[in-house]
Amino acid sequence: MDTYLPILIMFVIAGGFAGAFLLLSYLLGPKKPTDSKLSVYECGLNPVGSARERFSVKYYLVAILFIVFDIEVVFMYPWAVNYKNAIKDGHGAYMIAVMGVFFVMLVLGLFYEWRKGAMNWSNQA
Amino acid sequence: MDTQLLHFIIVTLKLVIPFAIILTFIPLLVWLERKGSAFIQDRPGPNRAAIMGIRLCGLIHPFADAMKLMFKEDIIPSQVHKFFYVLAPFIALSVASVTFLVIPFAAPMPFGGGVLSFQAANINAGVLYILAMTSMGVFGIMLAGWASNNKFARLGGLRSSAQMISYELSMGLAVISVIMWAGSLALNDIVSLQGANILRWNFIYDPLACLIFITAAFAETNRTPFDLPEGESELVAGYHTEYSSMKFSMFFMAEYANMVIASALIVTLFFGGWQIPFLDTNTFRTNADYYLYYFLVAAAVCCVILGTFLSIKFKKGRFGDKRDYEPLVFGVPAVVAGLAIFCLLVVLGRFPLPLEAANWIVAVCQIFTFLFKVLLMCWVFIWVRWTVPRIRYDQLMDLGWKFMLPLAMLNIVITAVRMLWQ
Repeated sequence: MDTYLPILIMFVIAGGFAGAFLLLSYLLGPKKPTDSKLSVYECGLNPVGSARERFSVKYYLVAILFIVFDIEVVFMYPWAVNYKNAIKDGHGAYMIAVMGVFFVMLVLGLFYEWRKGAMNWSNQA
Repeated sequence: MDTQLLHFIIVTLKLVIPFAIILTFIPLLVWLERKGSAFIQDRPGPNRAAIMGIRLCGLIHPFADAMKLMFKEDIIPSQVHKFFYVLAPFIALSVASVTFLVIPFAAPMPFGGGVLSFQAANINAGVLYILAMTSMGVFGIMLAGWASNNKFARLGGLRSSAQMISYELSMGLAVISVIMWAGSLALNDIVSLQGANILRWNFIYDPLACLIFITAAFAETNRTPFDLPEGESELVAGYHTEYSSMKFSMFFMAEYANMVIASALIVTLFFGGWQIPFLDTNTFRTNADYYLYYFLVAAAVCCVILGTFLSIKFKKGRFGDKRDYEPLVFGVPAVVAGLAIFCLLVVLGRFPLPLEAANWIVAVCQIFTFLFKVLLMCWVFIWVRWTVPRIRYDQLMDLGWKFMLPLAMLNIVITAVRMLWQ
C-alpha cells in the first residue's frame, strides 16, 4: 500500500491540475457564441449527413487482433521475468519449450490472418 | 513524529519534482522544436517575443503561446457530447503526467537509516505500469474523436487510436527482451544492472529491441514519420478539430509530455538511465571530491568554450535591431557560468568534502546526467520529425503489423536462445 499511495496522490494532483486548466480557460476567455462558431466544422461548408454513420470494419479487426496479441504479450511478461533465474537453475531449455508452444500457436495465428488478408489496410486484393 | 514528517516531506518532494520537471520540459521542448526546426531548415526561427524589451532568443514564445491560448474563447459547439468532450483532454493530460513517477532519476542512496530511492513510487512492476498508462492515453484520443460529433474528428481519432494500439504490441514485445536480460520489471533494477560501462548498456546488448522500441515510441507519441493523426490537423482536420483554447493546449501539452515520457523510457531501458558513463556509483561515492573536482573543471572549460563559440557569431548590424544580440543570449551566460565555476573551485577547492555531501553530490550528478540524456533523446525526436517525411496510413499499418510485430517476436526468440547459450 505504501508503495502505491504516491500514485494515487499523483492522480489527484494531476487531475486537479488538468481540471484547473479547464476551469481557467472557461473563466478567462470571452464568451461570444455565434451560430457559425457553434456549428460543426466541415471546411467551411454546411455539414452533410451525420457523424455517427458506419465506419469501416478494418478498425474493429485491428482492435480484435490487438486484444489477442496483447493477451499473449501479457502472458509473456511473467515468463520473461523468471527466465534469467530459470537459466541459473538449469531449466532454460524447458522454459523455452513451454513458451515456445504458446508462441508458435500465436505465430501461426498471425501467419493465418496475414494470408487471409486481415492485415491489408488498403483495399487491394 | 520527526521521521513521519520527514517521510511526508520526502514523498511530497518526490511527487512534485517529476511533475515540475515535466511541466518545465514542455515549454523547453516547444522552444527547442521551433528553434531546432528553424536551424534544420536554415532560417532564424521565432525570436520576437519579448518581455520589456528583453528578447531571450525565442524562449518567451512558448509562454506567450500559453497565455494566448488561455485567453481565447472556450467554444463548446452545440453538437458535441459535453461530458466526453470535456473529459478527453482531461484524461490525455492527467495520464501523461502520472507516468513519470516510476522512472528512477538517480541511484538509491543510503539516507537516515533506510534507503532513499529517487523515484516517487518504487513499484516492482514499473514497466507494466508505464505501458498501462501509455495505453490509457489512447482513451483521450478516442473520446475526443467520438465526442466531437464531427466526421473528420471521428475518423482522425479512429485512425490515431488504431495506429497507437498497433505499435503498442511491438513496444511491449521489445520491452520483453530487455526484461529477460534484467530479470526484473522494476525500472531501478533495469538501470542498475546496466552498469556504468557504455559497452554493457542495453542498446549494445539488444540493438534490435532498441530500434524497434524507438520506432514504436515514435508511433505511440504520434510523431513524424507517423504523425498522420496530427498531420491531418494540418491538412484537413484531426481528433482535436472542435477544440479551442485551453482544451486544445491540453492536447498539445499532453503530446509533448508523452514525448518526454517516451524519451525517458528509452533512456532508462536502453541507454543506462541515470548511469554516468564509465563512472560506477560506488566508485563515485568513495572518491566524490576527486571526481567532482574534475567534473567541475571540465564543465567550466566546456561552458567557456561554448560561450566563446556562440559569442563570436555576434555581429552588430546584421539585422539592425535587437536580433543582433541573439547569439549573446546563450553565449555570455555560458562564459560567465564557466568563469564562476572556475572561481568557485579555486576558492573552495582546498576544503575537504563531508561524507553525507558525497552521496548527495553523486545523486545530483546522476540526476543531471539523466535529464541531459532525456533532452538529447527529445532532440532526436525533433530531429527526425524535421528530416523524414510522413508515411501514408496503409504503409504505417503494414509496417506495424507485418514488419515490426514479426521482427519483435523474432527478437524475443533470438534473445532467449542467446541467453541460454551464454
